[in-house]
Amino acid sequence: MVKVVESPEGLEGQGFFATSLDKVIGLARANSIWPLPFATSCCGIEFMATMGANYDLARFGSERLSFTPRQTDLLMVMGTISKKMAPVLKQVYDQMAEPKWVLSVGACACSGGIFDTYSVLQGIDKVIPVDVYVPGCPPRPEQIIEGLMKIQELAKNESLRRRDTDEYAKMLESYNIEQAK
Amino acid sequence: MNNEILMAFINENTNNSAVCSADQYDMLNVNIKADQLIDLVDVLKNKQGFIYLTDICAAHYPEKVGAEFEVIYHLHNLIENQRVRLKVALAESDINIPTLTVHFVGANWMERETFDFYGVNFVGHPDLRRILNMDDMDYHPLRKQYALEDETRTDKNDTFFGR
Repeated sequence: MVKVVESPEGLEGQGFFATSLDKVIGLARANSIWPLPFATSCCGIEFMATMGANYDLARFGSERLSFTPRQTDLLMVMGTISKKMAPVLKQVYDQMAEPKWVLSVGACACSGGIFDTYSVLQGIDKVIPVDVYVPGCPPRPEQIIEGLMKIQELAKNESLRRRDTDEYAKMLESYNIEQAK
Repeated sequence: MNNEILMAFINENTNNSAVCSADQYDMLNVNIKADQLIDLVDVLKNKQGFIYLTDICAAHYPEKVGAEFEVIYHLHNLIENQRVRLKVALAESDINIPTLTVHFVGANWMERETFDFYGVNFVGHPDLRRILNMDDMDYHPLRKQYALEDETRTDKNDTFFGR
């Protein structure tokens, strides 16, 4: 049986349906999020389980992984990011087109985790903005799915003008990231 | 060839100045001087068949004044399956040692790693720069005067970590 997402609120009559563009685009974005898995360690193994048939991220419209950042909407960072890796991660984020979201999976990506040491970045939010944090060491696939569903909520409810606001520009500026025009 | 014969051979080639510091687990530990290293490795490689350089590493002993650093070489004779460990003590004020890349090309990256973490200067190394840590790091992190913890951390409360 094919399951179709529910239509957004709107005016319905014979032969027409009227709603706001925000809601239609939000609906489309939220249900076709293309993730870029940036998996560096054990959280990446949990991600493999999440993509597998038992948990099946495809149910959320996210089965299409892309290994080029230019075609993705969601950067999933899973694993320890060393300081030497940080510029690489930032460049990957830079290359993604707007609108883009970031999911930080696991204790290491969120805060450095147990690796409180000279070589490890103490959380990826030191170099790129993060939308949703998934705690755990490593988190179970259910938690990763919940993280993705939170991203879906953000995508669904995001104003079309959010990424044109001064607030957003300031946030990117605080990370020294140039906003694509 | 047992370790006694090997030790006699090493003594022959170092004017009897090498010191056997341990002979544990069938592996000879020999302390030698920095200026003897190249010649000794040369004869071990070409006359005794120690053709494989397993590893180069270092250690920091801040309490040993005048011999704060030790560079350690592991050699392996693949035919007789015999290993030997050579140790060279260095003072912090004169942390120079000749490069082993003249005998083993594989020493290149090992020496870069040892330089990266301990700041040992391998004289004559073709390309002595950091290999594992980020390029703009300005210290050698495995020296014991530096804290292991990351100094940029802001969200970790030390009382929860028993410090």
